[in-house]
Amino acid sequence: MDDDAEIIAEFLVESHENLDQLDRDLVELERRPGSRELLSSIFRTIHTIKGTSGFLAFNRLEALTHVGENLLSKLRDGELEMTGPVTEPLLSMVDTVRALLGSVEATGTDTAADVDVDAVVAALRAVLEGGAAVWEEPTDVAGITEPATTPEVDSPEAEVTDLKLVGDEGPSRLLGEIMIERGVVTDAEIAEALAEQKASAEDEGEHRRGVVDSSVRVDVELLDSLVQLVGELVLTRNQVMQRTESVDDIELVRAAQRLDLVASELQEGIMKTRMQPIGQVWSKMPRIVRDLAVQLGREVNLEMEGHETELDRSLLEALKGPLTHLVRNALDHGIEQPADRVAAGKTATGRLLLRSFHESGQVVVEISDDGKGIDPDQIARVAIERGVITRDQAARMETREIVNLIFRPGFSTATEVTNVSGRGVGMDVVRTNIERIGGTVDMQSQVGIGTTCRVRIPLTLAIIPALVVGEGEETYAIPQANLVELVRLEADDLAGSVEELAGAPVLRLRGHLLPLVSMAEVLGRERPAFESLTIVVVQADDLRFGICVDEVHDTQEIVVKPIGRQLKALPTYAGATIMGDGRVALILDVPGIAHAHAVAQNVAQNPRSDAAKATGEAASTALLVLEVGGGRRATLPLREVSRLEEFSVDRIEHSGSAEAVQYRDGILPLVRLAPAIGLVESVRDDDQVSVVVHESGARRIGIVIDRVLDVFDVTVVCSDVGRRAGVLGSAVIGDRVTDLVDLDAVVALSGAGA
Amino acid sequence: MGQRSQYCTFWVDGLFFGVGVSAVQEVLRYQPLTVVPSAPEAIQGLINLRGQIVTAVDLRCRIGLPPRAEGDLPMNVIVRSRGEVVSLLVDDIGDVITAQDPDGVELELEAVPANVPSVVQDVVTGVLALPDAVLLVLDADRAADVSVVPEPTGGTS
Repeated sequence: MDDDAEIIAEFLVESHENLDQLDRDLVELERRPGSRELLSSIFRTIHTIKGTSGFLAFNRLEALTHVGENLLSKLRDGELEMTGPVTEPLLSMVDTVRALLGSVEATGTDTAADVDVDAVVAALRAVLEGGAAVWEEPTDVAGITEPATTPEVDSPEAEVTDLKLVGDEGPSRLLGEIMIERGVVTDAEIAEALAEQKASAEDEGEHRRGVVDSSVRVDVELLDSLVQLVGELVLTRNQVMQRTESVDDIELVRAAQRLDLVASELQEGIMKTRMQPIGQVWSKMPRIVRDLAVQLGREVNLEMEGHETELDRSLLEALKGPLTHLVRNALDHGIEQPADRVAAGKTATGRLLLRSFHESGQVVVEISDDGKGIDPDQIARVAIERGVITRDQAARMETREIVNLIFRPGFSTATEVTNVSGRGVGMDVVRTNIERIGGTVDMQSQVGIGTTCRVRIPLTLAIIPALVVGEGEETYAIPQANLVELVRLEADDLAGSVEELAGAPVLRLRGHLLPLVSMAEVLGRERPAFESLTIVVVQADDLRFGICVDEVHDTQEIVVKPIGRQLKALPTYAGATIMGDGRVALILDVPGIAHAHAVAQNVAQNPRSDAAKATGEAASTALLVLEVGGGRRATLPLREVSRLEEFSVDRIEHSGSAEAVQYRDGILPLVRLAPAIGLVESVRDDDQVSVVVHESGARRIGIVIDRVLDVFDVTVVCSDVGRRAGVLGSAVIGDRVTDLVDLDAVVALSGAGA
Repeated sequence: MGQRSQYCTFWVDGLFFGVGVSAVQEVLRYQPLTVVPSAPEAIQGLINLRGQIVTAVDLRCRIGLPPRAEGDLPMNVIVRSRGEVVSLLVDDIGDVITAQDPDGVELELEAVPANVPSVVQDVVTGVLALPDAVLLVLDADRAADVSVVPEPTGGTS
């Protein structure tokens, strides 16, 4: 039984790989219908699956691939021509095979009722028997919206009956018989084909031997543990190298140097084993692009360069989603309808180019289209409407900055929400996912000419270059990925360039204001007086700030090691590593620090003082001051508050990930204020929650807070300190610094506005 | 004989503790520590255990005892806890003992006396009344659980 399971697992792995290849080949085939080479390759793949599924008694899978194989063999022998109507059922077959394999994986059998095999078999037969014209473009191809999951073939019911009528030979009759009857093949040919099918179980894999021979399958866990061991070796090497520096023993020094060399090469080699070509992700693209183009009525020519560019497999996995999203976006928002293109003096067929290459130790992936481009004026207009930026800021921003606003949360300029995109959640998720793996994404666009999206990601995450800095006796590592530049200020320059804004130090750096935090503050200690400064300028999200350190040591390759559960919740550290002297050094988590210390956002890039003044000069306002996130203060204008409520925790119900309570014959969606304004939700064990009900027009949301503190009637002087997502800034209210909640942003989070 | 529970014992501020031997990976003399600023107080730092980074939890601080006298270096009892390796910092290491009285009769684990402070009860599963001492049987998992108090980050207040 275990043997069986192992064989099935092997079969699944192989088949999934084959299917990806198949998708690519089929689409390619539509372009080069005559290619026998492609046809043979497709035929072989299906043949292999059929053979093995027969051997493993997956009868439905076998029946399906059997018909598919017959159709393919006809195509290969030139008896049928590869046209659109022929491709469709073949692609459906591939999808259905995939669905069946999914069911085999999940349940161990291919008898899943939700996979409609008969319809596809009928369609294939129809084509096989010259009924090609019957197949119509499916109006709804499921699986397009979520290609990551197993696509299911969803052919409209009526169409299926039609097809059954045409191909009404009934599945009970042997295909061979039918074929002979129709004079398509002779008895002898059928016998030969049958013999071949029988033998297929044994010679399965033979065709691919050539490729298989030159490579071995290795368990990923083994690879991971090898990577870990090499990490250890690199550390030990560092230690040995440090020790031998002061030694006279020439033999030992030589041996150490050899060790250094070997360890470096070994590290490189092992890292390579985890590298996989990006082509693995790209192989899915032709199919996605084709399906989308059909769905959206676009004509697109997909070009891909740099298939062989390799990166770490874990990164590759993480890159899949964002890349697919960007490609969809390019089709939906970039490339125009053929008619519009022609009107604009372009070719009817759009061009989508995927390019990847290595550049300075990073992998760069570019997605370019020659579509309508992104109109910065439109982006700016929408951004102002949504309150993402103010008119003043828009006027100051460079075109490129404006274009990159599309990566802000809640931003979508699609005039209508389509199946494909336009829900406004896409691009910020893309950016978040790319940044999670230490990458960056940048958009460049020219109206009418096209858009290029450039994604940069590191080659690997296990061993990273880092800047080692000293703070007193301690050493810390700052990942190079976050590093922008180093600035050294002597005492003389200090007074002129560092100023304090409401107690927050900022540095004038080439005409921009850079918020500063000292290393001591980062580590939760008192900020020392600045005498002379070494500033490490770092970047996290779109926020740039400076960390003042005592000393900069050097850059080193460090091995990222996890830290224990007791420390995971600390935002300051991303992990730890072991230095050459054997001591442990903590790795700083730059985005975490940025969040935790609420470094005044965007001061560096877009000075907002004017905007702040605009809000700040409002006349005296009644403000409701709240406690949130365990002791932090936040405030809302009282006029925005329609009621204060207390709900028992039991009353909170969940819909998806959203929380809501039944309230006045309706549903009141709840938003937890602490996470919405970037604070940590305080752990409370009362069974009541305090809720501020906010109403505007027909929509109503409940904002969950810790408790209401007071109402103040004051003139607010808003400062930029603490400005971040969900917070407009802060002000001194009742002698305490209080966050001004950006109510619109919080409402937007609840989804109540949608 | 071999079936009897065995405990690795150690002293913390005069208290005699034991951890089931199966939970203990090894015992080490003092190791250099790397402090973790803004970590909970009981986290004394990180040690490099043959390339693995191990969190060191000071048992004295964990159970509310006064800190070690200056110059006294703690010993490391390395335990496996919830899939991780954690070092418990203790004053001194004792023997590995078997839970039996001098006649070879197995001793039963007794409930912790009710008047023992709750911070201690929190990390102890029971006591063994040995002929010459009382052994507090430590729950390594609980002892290694040190939660991070939600930090008042940004600290303007």
